Amino acid sequence: MSAPLLSSAAATLARPRSIAPLLEVANLRIAFGRQEAVQGVSFTLHEGETLALVGESGSGKSLTALSTLDLLPDGAAISGGTIAFAGADLAGLAPAARRALRGGDIGMIFQEPMTSLNPVMTIGQQIIEALRQHQRLSRRAARTRALELLDLVRIADPHRRIEDYPHQLSGGMRQRVMIAMAVAAGPRLLIADEPTTALDVTIQAQVLELIDRLRRDLSMAVLLITHDLGVVGQWADRVVVMYAGRTVEEGDPAALFARPLHPYTQGLLAASPRLEDSHHYTSGPLVEIPGSIASASGQPGCAFAPRCPQAAAACRIAPPPLRQWAAGRQVACPRVLPEDLP
Amino acid sequence: MPPEPAAAALTPGTPAAPAVAAPQLAPVAAPAPLPAAPAANGLLATLRRHPPALIGAGVLLAIAVLALAAPLLFPGDPLAITGAPFLWPGTSLAHPLGTDSLGRDILAGLAHGARVSLGIGFAAAGLGLVVGIALGALAGYLGGWVDAVLSQLIEIFQTLPSFVLLVVLVSIAQPTTATLSGAIALVTWPMVARLARAECRSLREKDFVLAARSLGYGHLRILVHEILPGALPPIIVTASVLVASAILMESALSFMGLGDPNTVSWGSMIGQGREYLRSAWYMSALPGLAITLTVLALNLLGDALNEALNPRRKGTRR
Amino acid sequence: MKRHLPRLARIAGNTALRALPTAVGIVILGFFLLQLAPGDAADVWAGEAGGAPAQATAAMRHHFGLDRPLGAQLAAYLSGLAHGDLGWSARFDVPVTHLILERLPGSLLLSATALVVALVAGVVLGTLMAAHEGRLLDRALSVVALLLYSLPSFWIALMLIVVFSIRLGWLPSGGAHTIGLPESGLAGLADRLRYMVLPVLSLALFYVAIYARLVRVGVIEAKAQDYVRTARAKGLSERRILVRHVLRNALLPLTTVAGMHVGAMLGGAVVVETIYGWPGLGRLAFEAVMGRDFRVLLGILLLSSLLVILANALVDILHGVLDPRVGASHAA
Repeated sequence: MSAPLLSSAAATLARPRSIAPLLEVANLRIAFGRQEAVQGVSFTLHEGETLALVGESGSGKSLTALSTLDLLPDGAAISGGTIAFAGADLAGLAPAARRALRGGDIGMIFQEPMTSLNPVMTIGQQIIEALRQHQRLSRRAARTRALELLDLVRIADPHRRIEDYPHQLSGGMRQRVMIAMAVAAGPRLLIADEPTTALDVTIQAQVLELIDRLRRDLSMAVLLITHDLGVVGQWADRVVVMYAGRTVEEGDPAALFARPLHPYTQGLLAASPRLEDSHHYTSGPLVEIPGSIASASGQPGCAFAPRCPQAAAACRIAPPPLRQWAAGRQVACPRVLPEDLP
Repeated sequence: MPPEPAAAALTPGTPAAPAVAAPQLAPVAAPAPLPAAPAANGLLATLRRHPPALIGAGVLLAIAVLALAAPLLFPGDPLAITGAPFLWPGTSLAHPLGTDSLGRDILAGLAHGARVSLGIGFAAAGLGLVVGIALGALAGYLGGWVDAVLSQLIEIFQTLPSFVLLVVLVSIAQPTTATLSGAIALVTWPMVARLARAECRSLREKDFVLAARSLGYGHLRILVHEILPGALPPIIVTASVLVASAILMESALSFMGLGDPNTVSWGSMIGQGREYLRSAWYMSALPGLAITLTVLALNLLGDALNEALNPRRKGTRR
Repeated sequence: MKRHLPRLARIAGNTALRALPTAVGIVILGFFLLQLAPGDAADVWAGEAGGAPAQATAAMRHHFGLDRPLGAQLAAYLSGLAHGDLGWSARFDVPVTHLILERLPGSLLLSATALVVALVAGVVLGTLMAAHEGRLLDRALSVVALLLYSLPSFWIALMLIVVFSIRLGWLPSGGAHTIGLPESGLAGLADRLRYMVLPVLSLALFYVAIYARLVRVGVIEAKAQDYVRTARAKGLSERRILVRHVLRNALLPLTTVAGMHVGAMLGGAVVVETIYGWPGLGRLAFEAVMGRDFRVLLGILLLSSLLVILANALVDILHGVLDPRVGASHAA
């Protein structure tokens, strides 16, 4: 790393590390008008760790992430719960302060790098724009810093590439540019919303490895949103499984994979083809979870009940609360954790 | 090559906007149901849904009725002198909209003028549509040298400034209702042809055309039965625009004295009123209002048609 | 900018290549229109002379070379064009080229100003409408736009004269400048501007409606794009996002469309110039029609077509400057 980068890394390392959670989401509810899309999601994220938010399309994981930065789409709004960043309740912040967080202390990258970059501006201009928004830099200093960032995200020949337009770069390179913009101001939290879904498999690993390296070098926390369990297994310190707008299970990936508690998690794992000894391609048809993700509202009980092989009458009465099963493991299923257990 | 403009940016759709599709956000579980895309034969239902379109259709119908009924309501020659000159509108029951410099009734003039203006407007637009669709479909479907030649022809006609060409044509031929319609059609067909060509070109690649070919259907049959029905909706949308611009062009020509000298047209009435702007400006104002109303009605209809036949995907709002 | 040159040169080259057959086609079409015109130069000469015996007219026809075979006449016509010779105006008794060049600046000034005014007003209105999408201001302005789009330009010209010249007396009703007043200097400029207000308005109003609608849709669509979300995620202010990200993309289609309107504006100028007595090609066209001077008409047609071709070429290049994806040889 070049000297200026080392100094910035050192600066972030010098930040007082606390054991207080960096991001605390408690009973978050997000609604589109009267329709609730997220119905009580809770998790905490600490500095330096990677938390994976897993779920299929429609589970509300992207909305949860967008709500931290106040980037919800038109018509959606937080309808309950709190989000606290570094101890401060985000809802209580003035709009200017919330805007300062974006790209400042919290950086975010998205799924589609092609459409997420402005096609008529060079990547250099877009990185410099992010830099100068949060730091007082002259044009020349910003350009130098932008070159360093391009180097940091391992883009070859940065002096030439900085003048390129997005359409001249490959998908993987564009995502690296997005990462460069997101970490430009040295954020404490990086939110990655399906960063590799639109990329080739071979590039996926490179990008994830880059994110993880930056996490260590820049001392960031990472909120990784994905539907790919393989990604979770390889890169996450903890995983939160979401279904239909609710958290259903939470825990350490290794433990979770070894022993999934919630029927949905079990179904997910069973449905994903794996090359392990016990699940060869020739071992039979892929197990699928019957049915499809149901409407999140209008369900008096557990949202998964219609598709759950273990559903009982008690499941349809009220949505099961998320409760601790063991240290570091939580699950929301009355079949696993009977309600009347202390 | 600038992107193919559909209906020359006169419709609310932006044909020239770069089509960068916003990818789907993880769709939220069952949001409020989107309005059902109207079927093409639910046209009446669509019109009912759009009050402005209803107003437009209503106005147009009223003017058309007036035009058709003109000989009955105002028998006789509209150029005949029927009263004292320079009567202001609202001052005489016999002449509710007043009289002109020679004492001719303005309302009668408007009614008979409606026949001419609407007549030429629809005739020219109809002719332009037919020629444009025919040539455009041929170019788009056949491709090859036919397409090259016709495309070049379209390009030539679109480069020539329309109104200047119109003036040139009208000064060559004797100005009658028929020649005026023909000249306006000659100036407006390229726009239709371009659109028809684009539609047929894209439709020709579709699988159902290949299936028809494999069944041994001839080109003409495929063109008429398979391709045109799909290509027509966007073209129909431009029909109202065509009529509107034809009416505007005809009135401009008549205003300058280049129209049919034997007929009364809204444009010629405005032209006659030009000398009396100081004292009797209603002579020019009223026919112009008639034109504006008619064109407005056509535009309202066109907007509604556009929404009905070109359903815009309300892109994922992010 | 340097790295854009090869791409821009490529665009310019393509445009020129496409324009060539069009220009040739128009020129030949012009020749045939000339043949179709009732009465030729010899008839005009006879008319000006107050009538002439058929033999004298025939001799004149031979003198003008009008009884040669078509091919020879075409060759003569083309070679004349190559030398910038558009023929002789019987009505004005000067070479057509001279006449046209004299009136050209007036039309250019009027049309160019109208285009600029329409673009600026359209962008402002369209952005306003998009910012208030679905709400009262948007709906009200949409109605206004629809109205402007339905007005005949010659009629609105007359009504503007009634209101601003006759009733209010604020603006002149015709001409290009006050006779007797100095033509140069600040006073002269202000004077000329006064005379331009109504003609420019009459010409521009129609296009304001088109551009406003186009910009409105463009801004609404651009705001929904992913890169706007990214810009927000970078913490940029809404104003900066609007100007640097939304507008820069939303206004791209405007360049193409505006280029297409050059021809239509030159056509619209015919009536507007006639009404206001503005010294330009439009009024010249009217005078030529009235005076049965077909050669002048044809000359105006050819020249305005040439202007349209030039405008399209400029627009193509401008589009290439604004959008780096255009004309790119696919790299990376």
